[in-house]
Amino acid sequence: MFRIPSLIAAVTALPFTGLPALSADGITQYALDNGMDVLVIEDRRAPVVVHMVWYNVGSADEPAGVSGIAHYLEHLMFKATENLEAGEFSRTVTENGGQDNAFTSFDYTAYFQRVASDRLPLMMEMEADRMANLRLVEGDIATERSVVIEERNQRTDSSPGGQFREQMRAAQFLNHRYGVPIIGWRHEIEELGLEDAQAFYKAHYAPNNATLIVAGDVNPEDVLTLAKEHYGSIPANPAITERARTQEPPQLSERRLVLRDARVAQPYVTRSYLAPERNAGQQEEAAALFMLARILGGSGATSVLGNALEFESKQAVYTSAFYDDVSLDQSTFGLVAVPVPDVSLEEIEAAMDQVIVEFMNEGVDPDQLERLKTQVRASNIYAQDDVNGLARRYGAALTSGLTVQDVQEWPALLEAVTEDDILAAAARVFDRSNAVTGWLMQPEQPTEEVSQ
Amino acid sequence: MIARAIAFALALTTPAWAEVEIEEITSPGGIDAWLVQQPSIPFTALEIRFRGGASLDPEGKRGVTNLMMALLEEGAADMDARAFAEARENLAASYEFDGFDDTITISAEFLTENRDEAIALLRAAIKEPRFDEAAIERVKGQVFSVIRSNLKDADDISSDRYFELAFGDHPYGTSLDGTLESVAALARGDLEAARQAVLTKDRMFVGAVGDITPEELGTLLDTLLGDLPETGPPLPPEIDYTLSGGITVIDFEGPQSTALFGHDGIERDDADFFAAYILNEILGGGGLESRLGQEVREKRGLTYGVSSFLVPKDQAELVLGRVRSSNETIAQAIEAIRSEWAKLATEGVTPEELERTQTFLTGAYALRFDGNGRIANILAGMQMTGLEVDYINTRNDKIRAVTLEDINRVAAELLDPDALHFVVVGQPEGLSSTN
Repeated sequence: MFRIPSLIAAVTALPFTGLPALSADGITQYALDNGMDVLVIEDRRAPVVVHMVWYNVGSADEPAGVSGIAHYLEHLMFKATENLEAGEFSRTVTENGGQDNAFTSFDYTAYFQRVASDRLPLMMEMEADRMANLRLVEGDIATERSVVIEERNQRTDSSPGGQFREQMRAAQFLNHRYGVPIIGWRHEIEELGLEDAQAFYKAHYAPNNATLIVAGDVNPEDVLTLAKEHYGSIPANPAITERARTQEPPQLSERRLVLRDARVAQPYVTRSYLAPERNAGQQEEAAALFMLARILGGSGATSVLGNALEFESKQAVYTSAFYDDVSLDQSTFGLVAVPVPDVSLEEIEAAMDQVIVEFMNEGVDPDQLERLKTQVRASNIYAQDDVNGLARRYGAALTSGLTVQDVQEWPALLEAVTEDDILAAAARVFDRSNAVTGWLMQPEQPTEEVSQ
Repeated sequence: MIARAIAFALALTTPAWAEVEIEEITSPGGIDAWLVQQPSIPFTALEIRFRGGASLDPEGKRGVTNLMMALLEEGAADMDARAFAEARENLAASYEFDGFDDTITISAEFLTENRDEAIALLRAAIKEPRFDEAAIERVKGQVFSVIRSNLKDADDISSDRYFELAFGDHPYGTSLDGTLESVAALARGDLEAARQAVLTKDRMFVGAVGDITPEELGTLLDTLLGDLPETGPPLPPEIDYTLSGGITVIDFEGPQSTALFGHDGIERDDADFFAAYILNEILGGGGLESRLGQEVREKRGLTYGVSSFLVPKDQAELVLGRVRSSNETIAQAIEAIRSEWAKLATEGVTPEELERTQTFLTGAYALRFDGNGRIANILAGMQMTGLEVDYINTRNDKIRAVTLEDINRVAAELLDPDALHFVVVGQPEGLSSTN
C-alpha cells in the first residue's frame, strides 16, 4: 500500500463506504412532531456520546451568485445567538471536556460534539438554540469572511492539485451546482454578507429539515425524551419543501483540460464520468459500480489497473479508481494514473484506456471478486468498532436521499453483485461523451530557479 | 507502505479511563505485553512499537528504514508482492508498517475466525521479507514520488528547513524519506541489515485490544516475535537545540505563506511536563479558545488555523507551531504570535484559563479511547513512555495538581519570544531572512 503524495490524495482516495449490517436493535429511529428525524445508535463500550445535527442543505442548494454561503454560514453558526455570545458554544463544549466541529458538503451541513454521555442534555440545549436563535452581527461577519478566504487559500489556491480538482468538477457538471466548489469561488466569497447568511439560515435551518443523530452510551428512549424537550418546541418551517436543483442536460461531448503549474511535482491524468448514485430502494447499479471501482483501482497489488500499469508494464507509480456512491444527485466515477518519470501523460492515458478495453473483454477475475466480498463482510465487523464513523455514514446517507433500510441493505447488495452486473454497469458508465479527462502537469518551459 | 514523518505527535500518548482494564502479561517465551480484552466484536487490534526508528539509519544510508518498512508487505516467504496482498485480502486482515524518527510501528487488525493464519502471514512479512529486486525498484519509485512532492509542498519545505537549521547532521536534521540520491543507492543488503537493526526485542512494546485471551495472546506473540534479534545498534546521541531566534524566508509561489516556528522545549519526563502541557493547550492547543486561536483567527481573521505543539523527541525537545496566512498578512500574524508568546511568558495565565483547561483536558481524556486500534496504540505508547499501568487512573489527578504558580513559573522558563525561529515559505510582504 502506497501513501500517495498529498497533492493527489483527495482525488484518488477511494471512498470507503462499506456499511455495517447492524442488527435492527442497534439502531432506533424516531420522528418528532415538528418533522425532525432522530436516529440513535447504541454503543455502551465507553461512557461517551457523539451528538450530531445534520441539515438537508449543502453547497449544491445555494442560489446562483453566492457560492460558499452554506459553508460560510457553518462558520457563523459558532458566533452569537440570542442566548450565547460569539464563541461561547465551543467554549462551553471545551469546558465540559468535549470536542466540537462542523462540516459542509455538496448535500449536507452537519454539526457535532463528542462529550461524556452525561453532558448530552447541555449539547442539545445549545444546538437547539442555534438552530432557531442565531444572531449575526457585522463585525463577526467580516472577520469570519477573512478566515474563510484563508481557508480557501490553504485548501485550494496554494495547491495545484486542489485547483485541478476544482476545474475538473466545473467541467464535469454543465448545469448542476456540483460543479461549483463547496467553499465557493473566491470572487463570490469576497462579496458574501450578513443578508446572504441570514437568508440562507432562515430558508434552511429548521427541525423539519434536520436529522438528529446520537451515538454511543445512551438509551434510545432517553434520547427521544431529551430531543422532545430541546428540539420539539422549535416550530417547523412550512416554506421548506422538496430540494429542487438544476439538473444536468444530456451531455453530448467529451471535455478535456490541462492545468499547468510550476508547483506540480508529480504529473498525473484523471478521467471522471457521470455516474448514477445510490437511490432509495434502487441501489443495485451503485453496488455494481462500487465493486467496479475496487476491482479496477482498489489496491495497487491486486487491482486491474495496479496489476497492469504498476506491476506488468511498470508505467505507473500509482493508480486508482474512485466512485462516490452516496450523493443526492448524479455522481461521478473516475480513474487516476500517475506515471513514472519517463512516461508521458499521453502514454499513460492511452495505457489506462487499453487496460479498460482489455478488462471489458476479459471480464472479472472470480478470485478477486470473492476476495472483495470477503472484505465487505469483514468491514461490517470492523465498522462496529467505530461508532463515530457509523454515525457519519448514516448522517450522510439520510441527507442524501437514502433511508436507514437502504443503509442496512447495502452490504447484502454488495455481496450479491455478479460479474455480469459489474460489466453491464461498466459498459454504461464508460461513455466518453459525458467524460472529462484532465492532465495536471508542469509548464512547457520549466521555469528557471531564480537565484536570490 | 510509505511512512510520513509526523513531527507533531503529542507525547502525552497516555490515556485514561477507569473502564479500561489493562492486564499485564508475559508470554511463555518472555515477551511482555499489555492487553485489554474486548470480546464484544470478533477481532483484535495489535500494536507493536520499536524504539529507535529512522534515527538508526546508518551513515550514508538515509531513508533505508523507511524503505525497508515500506517493503515488508511487498513479498515474503514464498509469496511475491501480489501473492502476499491476495493472501492478506483473503483474510480481510490489515497490516500497517510505519517509520518515524524515534519509532517503528506495526499495527495489525485481524478477525478472530482466521487469527492464526493472519498472524502467520504477518510473521512472514516481519521475519521473511523477500526484498525482491522488482519490488525494491517499484517502491523506490513511490518514495521518489513522495520526495519530489515534498520538495514542492510549502509545508514540507518549511519543516525540512526548520529541522535542518535546528539539528544539522543529526538524524533529526534530515527527512527520514532520504534524498533522491541516498535512496537510489540503497541495495538489498542495506534493507536486510536495517530490518535486523530496528526490529529487536529489547526495544519492543506491545499493546493488544480485542477478542483474545491472555493465553492466546502469549502464544501469538511468541509465534510472531519470538525469534527477533535480542538487541540492535546504539541509539543516536542526544543533541542540543542551538538554533537562535529569527526568520528564514524561502520564496515559493502562491497566495499564502506558511510558517513553522519554534524553540527549545521540555522533556517528557520533566517534573514540569504537565504544567507545560496545560500551558501549551492555553497557548495554541487545538480549539479556537487558545490564545493564538483567539488573537490570530477569531479577532483578526488572519488565518484559518494556528496552533502550537510540545514535541518531546527521544534525543531533543521542541515547542513548535504552525500558521498559514496570506502573503500580505503573514507578517501581522507572526507579530501577533510573538506578542502572545511574550505576554504569556511575562504575565502568565489567569486562574480561570487554568481551571477551564484542566476541566477540558481531564474530561476529554476519555474521548481518546474510542476503538480497539486507538486503545492498542495508547497501551504501546504508555509502555514506551515508561508509564505504569495505573497511569490511566492517576493522569487526571496529575493534570489537576498543576497550580497557577507552577504553570506561570514554567511559562516564564519555557516560553521565549526572542528565541522563536520562523521558517516562512511563500512570498511574504514585509519579511526577510535574518542572520
